Amino acid sequence: MPRARTEFNAGLRAGLSLLIAIVPFGLVTGVAMAAAGISPLEAMAMSVLVYAGAAMLAAAQMLADGAPALVVVLAAFVVNLRLFMYSASMRQYFAGESLGRRLIVSYTLVDNPFALFLQRFATRPDAPGKFEYFVGIAIPLWICWQSTVAAGLLLGNQLPAAWKLEFAAPLAFISMTIPMLRDWLLVIAALTAAATAVLAHGLPLRLGLALAAMVGIAVGVLAEKYLKAGPE
Amino acid sequence: MTIWLIILGMSVATFAQRASFLMLPEHVKLPALLRRALHYVPAAVLTALWVPELLLQKGVLNLALGNERLLAGIVAIAVAWRFRATFATIAIGLVALHVFDRLF
Repeated sequence: MPRARTEFNAGLRAGLSLLIAIVPFGLVTGVAMAAAGISPLEAMAMSVLVYAGAAMLAAAQMLADGAPALVVVLAAFVVNLRLFMYSASMRQYFAGESLGRRLIVSYTLVDNPFALFLQRFATRPDAPGKFEYFVGIAIPLWICWQSTVAAGLLLGNQLPAAWKLEFAAPLAFISMTIPMLRDWLLVIAALTAAATAVLAHGLPLRLGLALAAMVGIAVGVLAEKYLKAGPE
Repeated sequence: MTIWLIILGMSVATFAQRASFLMLPEHVKLPALLRRALHYVPAAVLTALWVPELLLQKGVLNLALGNERLLAGIVAIAVAWRFRATFATIAIGLVALHVFDRLF
């Protein structure tokens, strides 16, 4: 299978080029989990089973604030709502694959591999080697993520509070978000969600985040419908 | 004990979210409105996560120069927009936080 091998190697190269972006995010997540008082065993179990950095980081921040368990899980669900979108998008490429392959794609489906995959296959969805390419990205990413989270856990509480490293969490989110705002409609959805989140921050159980997501999405859809003729 | 319930809940929910549409039978078509809505999910959710961290201090809106998180956040946004690099955004954002903290 030379084609599959070529695509796997191309995926590996793409995945390795991502690692510079994963290292700081994994470290920040590990440090935040240690600061929240999660033990190394629990943190690594979460890292392997959940394998979704943004949700883990949000959960760590909420546990540090003493949020109840159900609220933490609900907040992680809201943070991960975007995985529905990735799953729906990947369906057109993998619907015909075996169950096992679709389960593997599901488990490793996160922001960066999703974006890289679309860059390569969006214009030629019927090209062969899609699964091999995706797995090629996923393997180095998974290893790098788990090891940097572990490193962050080890560093954990040894870092001085005066360094204000807790601010690295919003910074990591900023670096994820800004490249996603590719057109004005996405900017409008993001700004509406942000304004709602600020106004609704006083709501109990972190409902502000869910409300902000819903308002931002609704305004994005409506803006698309009514402003489509306007400047892009 | 509670933490294991959280891990279990997060694992099941996250996997279900990722597998959701990938597990649907091949012939099922998604409604157009749902596909349009999904397009805006990542931008809306992720932005709602960090903007309050820059604008609110102890739950109160703070748009003054003394809010070093807001100023450092603006620097980080500019870096992320121009260079699209995680490492540069986090490093420069943290340095900016300390600089603005000294300045104001």
